[in-house]
Amino acid sequence: MNDFSKWKYILVAVVLVLGFVYALPIIYTPQAAVQISASHGATVDQALKEKVLGILQTKKITFDDVELNGDRILARFPNTDAQFAGSDALKTELGDNNYTVALNLASTVPGWLRAIGANRMPLGLDLQGGVHFLMEVDSKVALQKMQQRYADDIRTALRNAKIRYESVNPSAQGVTITLRSEDDRKQAGNAIAKDVNQPEKLGDQPPMELSDAPESNGTFPIVARFRDATVQATAKQIVASNLTTLRNRVNQLGVTEPLIQQQGTNRILVELPGVQDTAEAKKVLGAFATLEYHPTDEVTNPYEAERTGNVPPDSRLYHMNTNGPDGKPIPVVLKKKIIAAGDELVDASAGPAPEDGRPSVSVHLNSAGGKKMLDFTSQNVGKRMAVVFIERTTETKTVDGKEVRVPKVTEQVISNASINGVFSNRFNTTGLSSMKEATELALLLRAGSLAAPADIVEERVIGPSLGQDNIQKGFRAVMIGLLAVLIAAALYYHVFGLIADIALILNLVLLIAVLSIFQATLTMPGIAGIVLTLGMAIDANVLICERIREELRNGSTPLASIRAGYEKAWATILDANVTHLLAAFGLFAFGSGPIKGFAVTLAIGILTSMFTSVTVTHALVNLVYSGRKLKGLAVGGGYASGAH
Amino acid sequence: MEVFNPNSNVDFLRLRKFSIAISALLVVLSIVAIFGKGLNYGLDFTGGVLIEVSYEQPVDTGEVRGALDEAGFHNALVQSVGGAREVSVRIQPQTDDKGVTKKSDEVAAEVMKALTAKRTDAKMTRPPDFVGPQVGEELKSDGIVAVLFVIIGIMIYIGIRFEWRFAVAAIASEIHDTLITVGFYAITQHEFDITVLASVLAVVGYSINDKVVVFDRVRELFRSSRRAEPVEVLNKAINSTLSRTIITALFTAITMVALYFLGGPVVHGFALTMLIGILVGTLSSIFFASPILLWLGVSKKDLMPVTRENPELARRP
Repeated sequence: MNDFSKWKYILVAVVLVLGFVYALPIIYTPQAAVQISASHGATVDQALKEKVLGILQTKKITFDDVELNGDRILARFPNTDAQFAGSDALKTELGDNNYTVALNLASTVPGWLRAIGANRMPLGLDLQGGVHFLMEVDSKVALQKMQQRYADDIRTALRNAKIRYESVNPSAQGVTITLRSEDDRKQAGNAIAKDVNQPEKLGDQPPMELSDAPESNGTFPIVARFRDATVQATAKQIVASNLTTLRNRVNQLGVTEPLIQQQGTNRILVELPGVQDTAEAKKVLGAFATLEYHPTDEVTNPYEAERTGNVPPDSRLYHMNTNGPDGKPIPVVLKKKIIAAGDELVDASAGPAPEDGRPSVSVHLNSAGGKKMLDFTSQNVGKRMAVVFIERTTETKTVDGKEVRVPKVTEQVISNASINGVFSNRFNTTGLSSMKEATELALLLRAGSLAAPADIVEERVIGPSLGQDNIQKGFRAVMIGLLAVLIAAALYYHVFGLIADIALILNLVLLIAVLSIFQATLTMPGIAGIVLTLGMAIDANVLICERIREELRNGSTPLASIRAGYEKAWATILDANVTHLLAAFGLFAFGSGPIKGFAVTLAIGILTSMFTSVTVTHALVNLVYSGRKLKGLAVGGGYASGAH
Repeated sequence: MEVFNPNSNVDFLRLRKFSIAISALLVVLSIVAIFGKGLNYGLDFTGGVLIEVSYEQPVDTGEVRGALDEAGFHNALVQSVGGAREVSVRIQPQTDDKGVTKKSDEVAAEVMKALTAKRTDAKMTRPPDFVGPQVGEELKSDGIVAVLFVIIGIMIYIGIRFEWRFAVAAIASEIHDTLITVGFYAITQHEFDITVLASVLAVVGYSINDKVVVFDRVRELFRSSRRAEPVEVLNKAINSTLSRTIITALFTAITMVALYFLGGPVVHGFALTMLIGILVGTLSSIFFASPILLWLGVSKKDLMPVTRENPELARRP
């Protein structure tokens, strides 16, 4: 039979070979391992490798091998018990300060496969265990930060233009500037438009809409309102910066293959495979710590302010983290102006302060923060500057019978020191009670500080045994379901059924190959999707076989029946699969983890099944039946008459 | 082996008034159940209370689930947390007699009472926690948009490849199938979680696939037969695709039965929905979609000009 050209056979062969190669990594089960990486200034080298070997040998922990891999060391273990023992031993010996010791699953895929980009499909949390967090960014805080920032900028602009103003205060979605005369208002409007209300990029709109509010009691207010686009852009930026910071923080935890992705407009999904201790993960992810540098208000008496509650409008009462002689936290009054904030912080590390050896955190700001610091310190040497440490955690409270998560903000002044000299982007923060505290603070600060805090709204732990259990069950369901269909098809459609069976197995291989190439995460719903795809993939073969039987019934010759069967079935298969694919795409929009995994599997499965069920079976049918004189076809249903 | 008589000529459409009446009844029942009784949403949708429990002696999650079931906490999610002695229990928000949601502490106390009654070595390891729902509001609205998008997409495709009557009949049966599948969950009060939601959408995919195969034959028969009496053509199309319809349904159902019995609790709901969907979807192709097509007045005349075949599309692979 010549209606199947050579290039189609070649295409089928090439696709199948590629399919097998890229599906191959699935058989290499990852190995329990411990990864050691340098977290701060420490070096990972041959000497450390020897040290690791020594530790494992002296503790008599069985291990497979220890390998130095660029900037990290990977120790492989034969089982998870040895892995836990090894991790504990290495953690105690190497210390958390300089090295991060983390549980890991090492790939056992051979190098030549990895070199061509063939990697094993990552497993979802439900299949390998780990913790799952859903975090939500508080958009109110974003607005407050914007108001603060623009109010500061407006004050500076007015001062530079030497315009006297009554007040600059946050108002609904913006800032209200109160002036003393119509003339001042006009000038202020111009100054703000020129210096503050400039589009960030060419072609953008200015961030605020300025309008004059009616005069009252001799005050002339300007209302600056943020455009919706500005607020949205800021929120987007905040979520993006949260994503980056969370990634850094997760790296601090030393988790390999974490999943950190945006979900919806203000939620972030964090999945940490292999981690079992939520408390430790939560401490790093959930706590939001930032520093704010404020000038100290040295005119107001803090004890007086605490007693009377009278604080100048541009100042605020804080408390130190240490107690005074009266056993209460020492009050301190600071200016509201922020010199630099946590989001301008690049790095922070703990160590003894060079001057007195007391615990300190050495801080490194970015250039914007450094410039502000330079501006401030150059005019205020000898004056005092305080550091406010803001920590945010969430608590569950009951309000009106409903449980809600309430963020709890703790603000403490951790240092109130005089400025000893002019400095910009590198300086030390002292006043920490112990080296341990300095280390902890540095850890949180180093991981970056968030522009707006993200609260954990959901957490879930999946045990590794459950993951193992799920894998086994899923695997068994796929195998038995597949086997049952294979037998049923062979019984019902004979040789054509066997050919369809081969196509079905190839479909599974191709599906795994494509999913592996895309590095789609395999989850339990994903396995369900695979099973469903296989069950439905046979439909195309059923259509073809039924058509061939019909043609035979109508008296066509065997070869003509094959040809007509494939031809007529193709239109149906195409229509059915395109509409099915449309429905599968709809699932993507549900974006959420479990459904997405399922949708990806379904969509890819529809495409691969069209190839295997139609093109591959056609090639096989032609190989079996072409060039032979046929009296009948083994398609079942009583039409098998001496084809062999 | 030939299970179905190849020359079968059952007059399926003779039953159309009866079958449509049953369909209508089922749809109405489903709507009443969905809006009246409501769905028993899973923890994915409702959020709930998370309690971690440790035992002195190893414990089986089935045992914990059993103890909770007896105490009236159905649909509790019990998972082992590392090791065999620690489990996490997630319970849907509970309401007291007055319909007020109970606090986490109260729920936790009741759970611990139920667990210690069975095994005295059960201990709560840390304070109970409230977990939020996984399905956010925006996800729900995105979902509705997605479903509309899918419906419009399928209608356009079928409208172009077939004719508008086919598109209308297909969508009407999609809605019919989805409502009955979801209605099953409302009536039985089986837990409706995010995996079930995914499978409901998979049912849409399966069902549309099935309709298109029948429609395809209808179109073919209209074009090839000279005297195309709609009732005859539709009956013939259903009869000649009947063996394929049933074989495919059976094969797909085999895999879902395997998944139902062997796949574990996570995919239980998924397999169950698919099995119902396969049954409803297959029956609706014959007893619902085709009668609708007939009533919309499908005829040879309408089909001929619009469906000028694109030779590229109809080409064999």
